[in-house]
Amino acid sequence: MIKIKTTDRYNITALKSFMTNILSLLAALVMISIIFLIAGVNPIYAITEIFSGSFGSLYGFKETLTKAIPLILIGTGLTLAFRAKFWNIGAEGQMLMGAIFATWTGLTFGEALPSYIIVPLIFLAGFIGGAVWGIIPAILKIKYSINEVISTLMLNYICAEFLTMLIVGPWKGKTRFGFPGTNNLPDSAILGLIPGSRIHYATLILALICAIVLCVIIYKTRFGYEARVVGENPDAGRYAGINFLKTGLILMVISGGLAGFAGVGEVAGIHHYLGYPASISSGYGFTAIIVAWLAKLNPLYTVISGIFFAGILVGGDAIQISLGLPAATVQIVNGTLLIFLIMGDYFLNHKITLRFSNK
Amino acid sequence: MEDIIILTLHRAMVAGTPLLLATTGEVICERSGILNLGVEGVMAMGAVVAFIVTMTTGHPWLGVLAAIATGMIFSIIHAFASVTLQANQVVSGLALTMLGLGFSGMLGKPYVGKPLSIKMEDWVIPWLSDIPWLGKILFTQGPFFYLAIFLALISWFFLERTRLGIQIRSTGENPKAAETQGVNVSRLRYLSVLIGGGFSALAGAHLSISYSKSWIEGMTAGRGWIAIALTIFALWNPGRAIWAAFLFGGFFVVQYLLQPLGISPSFLAMLPYIATLLILLLISLKDPRKLNAPAMLAEPYKRGER
Repeated sequence: MIKIKTTDRYNITALKSFMTNILSLLAALVMISIIFLIAGVNPIYAITEIFSGSFGSLYGFKETLTKAIPLILIGTGLTLAFRAKFWNIGAEGQMLMGAIFATWTGLTFGEALPSYIIVPLIFLAGFIGGAVWGIIPAILKIKYSINEVISTLMLNYICAEFLTMLIVGPWKGKTRFGFPGTNNLPDSAILGLIPGSRIHYATLILALICAIVLCVIIYKTRFGYEARVVGENPDAGRYAGINFLKTGLILMVISGGLAGFAGVGEVAGIHHYLGYPASISSGYGFTAIIVAWLAKLNPLYTVISGIFFAGILVGGDAIQISLGLPAATVQIVNGTLLIFLIMGDYFLNHKITLRFSNK
Repeated sequence: MEDIIILTLHRAMVAGTPLLLATTGEVICERSGILNLGVEGVMAMGAVVAFIVTMTTGHPWLGVLAAIATGMIFSIIHAFASVTLQANQVVSGLALTMLGLGFSGMLGKPYVGKPLSIKMEDWVIPWLSDIPWLGKILFTQGPFFYLAIFLALISWFFLERTRLGIQIRSTGENPKAAETQGVNVSRLRYLSVLIGGGFSALAGAHLSISYSKSWIEGMTAGRGWIAIALTIFALWNPGRAIWAAFLFGGFFVVQYLLQPLGISPSFLAMLPYIATLLILLLISLKDPRKLNAPAMLAEPYKRGER
């Protein structure tokens, strides 16, 4: 008879943690291959296609970096929220609210102001928009004990409908010839691109700075420490006199604000006007949850995991066209990766021994 | 005018039916201490499987059974992650939703836009359907409507009055104590997650083979998430879920009623979500203790700890 015994592991090194992630990803890849096989697609071809589409060519890699920008920004903000066990599922809405605020600022003041004033201004506006949409669930949770998963999700839908209402109604631009969407932002408010790509470098640099700053905040400041205590041991936090409301508000200002930045980048860097929610964000707010999880909630690692998942998005588009797979394929890939990452965590934290006995 | 009111209320019942089914399932699941955020995904799986089986066999009830089975099997992923691996239930549930939306999109691709010719006839209840107003609203409905109410009542009885139901509740409130009473916490949590999955898939089946009689990617349209909110609104009680679900069905239908009055359709589409938040806020303002979830909701249980 075989007996399975599990014991907790305590000495988890960064290397072990990293290797577990790699192994989980490989195991997920095997599973995804099996799924492709069942769907009648050659898995080796499909997976090579995904990664060659995103990392195999200069064009692909440029697209990957473009999509990595919002993922890094949002993922970074989520690492902070998730560390405090604040389950912010609403980054999608916070991002859209950032886009709304930025568009309004750009359209209202952009004409009269030079680039070096209006660009920082629209980023500030986007941050405020995302933060406002992030504070609401924080207040609802801490003051009124309303589950944040529900409130952030509901706010996603509300924001998407609100945006649609604006672009088909009061904000509809004359230059759109009756189609929904605002007018284009004035030239001064439009972000510069790396030539020959769609990479709006200002947002990319901002994303990298945010990752570093968040790392400092989480590991080196009193606030970061308090946020971690709130997540890991709320009772101890209460005894230590941590102000839950204040901590929760600040962390959702940051988490929502960074998602707001991502919204600014999409509007001012890529589209240049506010269009339908689905065109502004292709589910970045949700993908960023896996980005944060793969990064083991470390803001610096979100840079790597953000680029990786951006690659899957770009490669996913590529196989949709070349293999005729539905758009949902990316969801299967993402879901499978996430499940295997969770399983990997178990093996990282538990030692499993098999005992053979002759019973 | 009378016709419009009757029609609106009738439609509200239809729109509330999948919400009630999914909410009842989630109530049972959460009462055992497991938060399942995969409802939306499982619902999509149920919808696509029910549609495909009904279309190929011509028997809608076969489609329903296939959907329930799929939902239960599919939910094992979440049960395994959250019970056996003691993983984070929020993340695992989100993964389940992604997988469900993904697989349903892949399976259903050849069926997009194909109408279902098989119609589930309304059940006209003799005598009762003759009652003015109520007869047309409540007693001339599709079979799913009666099934949803019946299952919600059964679930209420099951949780409140049967031994197994009380054991399930005890695993959600105090798994340690339950275990000392000889209850197998893991097994009951698995069971509850699977029942919840079956309910979610049944809700999906209603959407594809009765409500819209077609399949399209993303047709669940956030109903799974609303069911999770309704679980709180119903205060984890399947009996309360009945009127909660039909109230929300009303929020869905009122959109179409108010649209001709020139109110922005986007604003009306916001209503169910705003209502969800406002109602939760109202409950919290009136009596915050009522929002108390099962004590050990979303907390992994580890045998023999402390």
